Amino acid sequence: MAIQTLLGAVNDALRTAMRRDESVLMFGEDVGLKGGVFLATGGLQKEFGKERCFDTPLSEDGIIGAAIGMAMNGMRPVAEIQFQDFIFPAFDQIVSEAAKLRYRSGGQYTAPMVIRTPYGGGIRGGLYHSQSGEAYFCHTPGLKVVIPSTPYDAKGLLLASIADPDPVLFMEPKALYRSVKGEVPEDYYTVDLSTTRTVLEGDDVTVFCYGAMVPVVEKAAAMAAEKGISVLVIDLRTLLPLDEDGVVEAAKRTGRVVTVTEAPRFCGYAGEISAIVAERAMEYMEAPVLRVTGFDTPFPNTLEHHYLPDARRVIDAIEKVYSF
Amino acid sequence: MMNPSLDDPAQIVAMKTILDPSGQLAEGYSVVVSDDELLHYYRSMKLVRAFDDICLKLQRSGRIGFSIPNLGIEACQIGAASALRKDDWFFPSYRDFGMALYHGVKPVDMMHNMFGNSLDSAKGRQMPVHFSFTEPIKFASISSPLGTHLPQAVGAAHAAKLRGEDTVALASFGDGGTSTLGFHSALTFAGVWKSPVVFLCQNNGYAISLPAHEQTASDGYAIKGMGYGVRALTVDGNDVFAVREATLEAVEFARAGGGPTLIEAVTFRMGGHSTSDDPSTYVPKEVVEEWAKKDPIDRFEKFLGARGLWDAEKGEQIGKDCLAEIDAAAKVAAATAPPTLETIFSDVYAEIPAHIRKQGEASFELSNRLGEAAAGDGAFPL
Repeated sequence: MAIQTLLGAVNDALRTAMRRDESVLMFGEDVGLKGGVFLATGGLQKEFGKERCFDTPLSEDGIIGAAIGMAMNGMRPVAEIQFQDFIFPAFDQIVSEAAKLRYRSGGQYTAPMVIRTPYGGGIRGGLYHSQSGEAYFCHTPGLKVVIPSTPYDAKGLLLASIADPDPVLFMEPKALYRSVKGEVPEDYYTVDLSTTRTVLEGDDVTVFCYGAMVPVVEKAAAMAAEKGISVLVIDLRTLLPLDEDGVVEAAKRTGRVVTVTEAPRFCGYAGEISAIVAERAMEYMEAPVLRVTGFDTPFPNTLEHHYLPDARRVIDAIEKVYSF
Repeated sequence: MMNPSLDDPAQIVAMKTILDPSGQLAEGYSVVVSDDELLHYYRSMKLVRAFDDICLKLQRSGRIGFSIPNLGIEACQIGAASALRKDDWFFPSYRDFGMALYHGVKPVDMMHNMFGNSLDSAKGRQMPVHFSFTEPIKFASISSPLGTHLPQAVGAAHAAKLRGEDTVALASFGDGGTSTLGFHSALTFAGVWKSPVVFLCQNNGYAISLPAHEQTASDGYAIKGMGYGVRALTVDGNDVFAVREATLEAVEFARAGGGPTLIEAVTFRMGGHSTSDDPSTYVPKEVVEEWAKKDPIDRFEKFLGARGLWDAEKGEQIGKDCLAEIDAAAKVAAATAPPTLETIFSDVYAEIPAHIRKQGEASFELSNRLGEAAAGDGAFPL
């Protein structure tokens, strides 16, 4: 098994999928010769040719609209949106078209496709290269939303997403692209969607997180351990459809729950976790269900390190629920 | 006869007519399709009109909620549809169902959609007129937002091209659709990719209440093709032969690998946008009267009459037959049961996820508890 970065694992998954299935196509802005602005698609055009890995005009609406048509007509398109911040011109195509096609056609037409897009802060990208828009998309029946946090999961979840019969928004935590490394099998494998991953076992406090917040929570959990607090860390990995039973089970285990996201708080994904816990595990709770999130402000540039939840803020919440 | 152009504005905007309002064929044009096929065009157009008539009555009497009239634009639909093969792709708007009728979609299957019943291919999930068929043609599921289907048509066409197939996609839309993001994206992509797609813009005068001159400052819609490097031409949309020939030329060009064509078919919607719309509040009466003189079916009757294929009596009989066929279809659809509650929850994904299943079960449980019969005999049947 090779040690890879998360970015390398994404590239590996795409290469593996394209070798395995001729109908898999990879396209988007600058993904061909250049290999993408982050190099996630590096070398694919060279190996598979311009017919299978190609650049598109600069139109997110066109990229996703065309991907839907390709998927309807037998292809397995993987479309890259260069930054998740740029996805909104394609919102209509994703939310009203791809996600509703199976339903509105009574199952006659479907759009099995993957939209890959780097999301989140930590690279000094300011307002428009840093956002975490998962909540917009998790409000969309018919869409799946997947966010990996390790190289192993990045490859396995991306391959599962490409094989999935429904449209998947695959959000890649760009802050982790090169900062996390791990073992990645060379062969084809999948990680089941709608399953959570136990990052760390613990008994005192449960922390739910995903994407770039996972290493932050791991660091906080290590700090908590030094203070004698044992933290159960759950990486949600698929936000929609969520493994709700897994969430409820993990919440019940400790009776103290914190959810960490880097997206703004109001109507955010952490609120959904809190609601599920409140509806299904209220009688097990020993403390208020807390959220640690980005602020309800646009994403700042210079002070992004203060905007993004860090171990300091996470441990503060862990201590609050622990000592309640 | 039809000469789309990439770079000659005069040629692009000059409206080409083959069959004029008096029923005369343009000089040098000879009809190559059989008499049977000509009568099929005629019957298909009459079927659209009959479908509209019956649906209006059904809507006004409260038996269906909504329909979309096509009065005046029948030739666009039939002319274009006649140029496509059954294995081609149709990406229609909501005012295109004549294309489906032409290719043999059964009126009863359309009526199931109008009633949103258990035999509706969309399982009662969409408003009426939002058809979706896979047989006998790929008539892609219609959505209400405008222009979204245009880049999808490009994608479907591109997929066929990548596989080396010679199928094409027809993307049909109205004048309003040209202002959408989808139009811009689709023509941009199709131009660059040389996709085997035919863009049919049915300029029917109004986008609900907005007249063409407030929709765009350009000289019509075909001219927009130039900016995208897409060949374009303008044809008389009330002339079934002009629309057919333009579409046929575009289809053959696309099959041969030439790329896309934009066709503007100039026509006029003589009815409302929908049964919820009263066009008399925004369309001057004189304008409708002028267009009525150019009615696509009237002129085709004159043409058929001159060939000995039509007379008033025969026309009346065909009209009655069409009405009877649609009426019978409506009766069958009206008597068909509504969809089961299960259809709310299925087809969101290929498999029903746990959270949706739970919501369905809870909904069924409540219905049962309240003694509602529609709950499905006490079991969530998924």
